[in-house]
Amino acid sequence: MSVHTSIVRRPIDIGALLALVRNTANGATLVFLGHVRELNDGRAVSGIEYSAYGEMAERELAAIASECASTFGITDLAIEHRLGALALGDASIAIVVAAPHRGTAYDASRFVIEEVKRRVPIWKREGYVDGSSEWVDASGAVKRSSMPEHYS
Amino acid sequence: MTVTALLFASYAEALGSDRVELALSGTATVREVVAQLRALPGGAALPASPLVAVNLTYAGADQRVENGDEIAIIPPVAGG
Repeated sequence: MSVHTSIVRRPIDIGALLALVRNTANGATLVFLGHVRELNDGRAVSGIEYSAYGEMAERELAAIASECASTFGITDLAIEHRLGALALGDASIAIVVAAPHRGTAYDASRFVIEEVKRRVPIWKREGYVDGSSEWVDASGAVKRSSMPEHYS
Repeated sequence: MTVTALLFASYAEALGSDRVELALSGTATVREVVAQLRALPGGAALPASPLVAVNLTYAGADQRVENGDEIAIIPPVAGG
């Protein structure tokens, strides 16, 4: 039994997460990756800067894992969310769920990503190939801002 | 009493700071904290009823705040 949740500032190591949830009691292991897409809202994206209220984000991730355990009976789960400057294709989140059967794994994985998007205090500032950047909300909508400077 | 307001992302950008110490008189709620922040330069960028967390837990507008509380004003989240 292994539950791991973390906010990280380095590339996500899927192999390490798979090793964490490895358990012969399970017959299904599911990996979900969210990564930086080249197009959003019709604009060509160059990268995304992720920031967070770190202490609360860690707590919310742990709470989601705990709810995943109580709702789906999942005891082998790893969730990592990466912060900092990510390039196209870089993984921002990995959810690795292992369960005795696939149905539970799919349901639990979907639960985790939807809860992360709904409540974990993480923000992203999207950079575009034209040199501009914007804050983006969970719906993918861009918040128009008069601030041209990147906030760090 | 004094509380610490934490600002993030677009809200921090609008107010030009990610941390503001606020002096409140008597009893106060989250609502008063938000109102004080909105009265600051750039504060109009904050909605009247933003998401708020008191000491790392999401809180409603009517929640009482205590001396030393850490009150985070949470912009629309965009994790994942």
